[in-house]
Amino acid sequence: MIANLPFIAVALLIGIALATILLKKNMIKMVMGLAMLEGAVNLFLVTLGYRENGIAPIFTNAPEGADMVLPTVQALTLTNIVIGVATTALMLVLVMVIYKKYGTVNADKMRRLKE
Amino acid sequence: MIGDLLTGYGFWNPLVWVAVMATGLLVAWLIWRCGESDYDKGTEQTKPYLSGNDEPEKGAVHIRGGNMYWGFTHALKGYYDKLIPLHSGVVNDYLVWFLIGVIVIFVVVIMV
Amino acid sequence: MNVLLDNLPALLIAVPLFCAFLLPIIGRFVPKIRDAWIICASFAASLVAVITAFTVYTKGTIVYVFGAAAGSPAAPIDSGGIPFRIIFTIDGFGAFMLLSAAIVSFAVVLYLVSSQKERTGRSEFYALYLLLTAGIFGMVSTGDMFNFFVFLEINSLAGAALVSYHRRGGLAAEGALKYLIVNTVGGLMVLFSIGLLYAQYNSLNMAVIASQISLSTLNIIALVLFIAALAMKAGSVPFHFATPDAYSVAPSGITAVMIVASQAGLYGLFRVLFTLYGDAFNTVTLGWVIIVLGVLSMVIGVTMAIPQKDVKRLLAYHAVSQTGYMLLGVGVALAVLGDPVAMTSYGQTAMEGGLFHIINHAMYKGLLFLAVGAVIYRTGVWSLNKMGGLGHNMKWTMIFFLIGALAIAGIPPFNGFASKLMIYESVFAFNPALSIIAMVVSILTLASFMKVFHSMFMGPQLPEYAEVKEVPKLMIAGMVILTIFVIGFGLFPDLVVNNLVAPAADALINNSAYITAVLGGGL
Repeated sequence: MIANLPFIAVALLIGIALATILLKKNMIKMVMGLAMLEGAVNLFLVTLGYRENGIAPIFTNAPEGADMVLPTVQALTLTNIVIGVATTALMLVLVMVIYKKYGTVNADKMRRLKE
Repeated sequence: MIGDLLTGYGFWNPLVWVAVMATGLLVAWLIWRCGESDYDKGTEQTKPYLSGNDEPEKGAVHIRGGNMYWGFTHALKGYYDKLIPLHSGVVNDYLVWFLIGVIVIFVVVIMV
Repeated sequence: MNVLLDNLPALLIAVPLFCAFLLPIIGRFVPKIRDAWIICASFAASLVAVITAFTVYTKGTIVYVFGAAAGSPAAPIDSGGIPFRIIFTIDGFGAFMLLSAAIVSFAVVLYLVSSQKERTGRSEFYALYLLLTAGIFGMVSTGDMFNFFVFLEINSLAGAALVSYHRRGGLAAEGALKYLIVNTVGGLMVLFSIGLLYAQYNSLNMAVIASQISLSTLNIIALVLFIAALAMKAGSVPFHFATPDAYSVAPSGITAVMIVASQAGLYGLFRVLFTLYGDAFNTVTLGWVIIVLGVLSMVIGVTMAIPQKDVKRLLAYHAVSQTGYMLLGVGVALAVLGDPVAMTSYGQTAMEGGLFHIINHAMYKGLLFLAVGAVIYRTGVWSLNKMGGLGHNMKWTMIFFLIGALAIAGIPPFNGFASKLMIYESVFAFNPALSIIAMVVSILTLASFMKVFHSMFMGPQLPEYAEVKEVPKLMIAGMVILTIFVIGFGLFPDLVVNNLVAPAADALINNSAYITAVLGGGL
């Protein structure tokens, strides 16, 4: 049960993030929800690599016969963090431009492109 | 060089189409050549005939794009009145549809 | 020379990236050669892509291992049969998509160099454009799942930044923001599925996962998330809502390349369905899911397009509708994948029709967007209620728009007719009702384009457009390149289908060829 705790946390985080994205109309809060969703997926990826009683995956001076946690998922997570930074930055810039031109960041009011 | 495109139930050869169209255009050109070629441009002979009325100005006689097919949109009003408000422009609704699509596909793939 | 030819897949990504990173420096210090640089860079990238595609067509699947000595297999002998480097696997289907991306991206560069002359910030614009090209080339060549995700995100980011370029009072930023939010959620879903697959099979390589996959609940969840996210990238209903918003506010040349980027998403969908999951599942259900998505896209796309007044939004809804044709054709092939008799009688033709439609759509939709962009460039309006009588001034644009409109409606002898004929006949053998819906949608497409053609080009010359001239020659050159392919593919459809499309269809139907190419030896 204790080993499944990170996965339950991932499910909770995804639920909260999706609720934020779907229900909040303020664009800044929606970008926050997206950042939380990226954090949830990153947590999922890192948890996948965990091995019980494993050590860091470094070969130098490693103790004999020890399990190592998987390093590939850590690489995936780092790449995803960088992608998340770029995406969040671009989204916030676009929200800033919309605020300057429209005067609002409410999704119900920035509806000039519809139907 | 222009071969047949086999579709399993028939074939389509563009060469035949090109030959037919060329023949048709040739016939049309021959008929056009037999027309009247002496007329005065710019006088009454080239103006459109509107039962004696004056020709309205150019900007008013051209049917604008938004007014075409009003019969089509009017006839399908029940369908369009439901469909167009769905494309509301609110981002949250887009993501709700995304989630609905995921859940429906999941239910269909699991059940059937 | 041999070094270059051996490492072609690496050059596919390296050439656009290197030229993209040099562009801001060139723009800062020697801005005079910027236009020449971007044209040469795009030409070099397209040339590498075309040479790679022809190498695949003549010599078979290319398996390129990054960082290994040339000719070493993907799974080294001492690793126990596990490939452990990032590989690029370009088979028939990948080569097919590379061809269409190469042609459209070069034609659009010729158009953009001329239409962006008055704008500022051009170095970053062209740099982002080359990044988008590198993203498309990488997405259709890679054989590694996470690499596919990275290129997918490159596409979304570069695409969204390019969409928001002409600000137009905030409209472009709104369209780009909606596009970016929806694509980020889709990308995160893809990453979640990749994580699920990695956890079970301990590998990110497509061939290794494909050879071991079975159908458990976790794999079904992963498959459903893949289908939803990649269908969203391709622009199919019910995930299409952000697509017309983004396509209508982008610069016209950029929209033509975004069509190719969305078709790279379609590539990903077919790769996941056919190669990754193969015939490990009941294909009839999934085939019908894809068919229903296709039919909904066709019908809703074209019926939303008819009452539109913004001409680029109308074209974007037609892009949604044409994606439905591709999904319909390939969905029928997927539904009969397990039935060899039906497969040879109409399944193969349905698959070939759907795949042929992909390249045809890139060509004629690119041509239409460029022609409409030329009109907007000269007149400054994009509402159909304000245009009229432009055929008197812009004759070449009118001819190109007419060719594109006839091609999209499926009128012979253009290329739209050839692929639609294959889809109609094979889908009719599967289920007549679907074929009838497809034909009705084609008629509505023709009706909608006749509306656009009449209200833009026909009619008397309006007094406010009396001084409108023809567009500069470079823009016409870009449109000419696409027209050559529209007419050429229409006049020689059997050559194209037998040499370009049939290898792609075969590569998708037999996924064992893909697996043995990677695991059993390679190039």
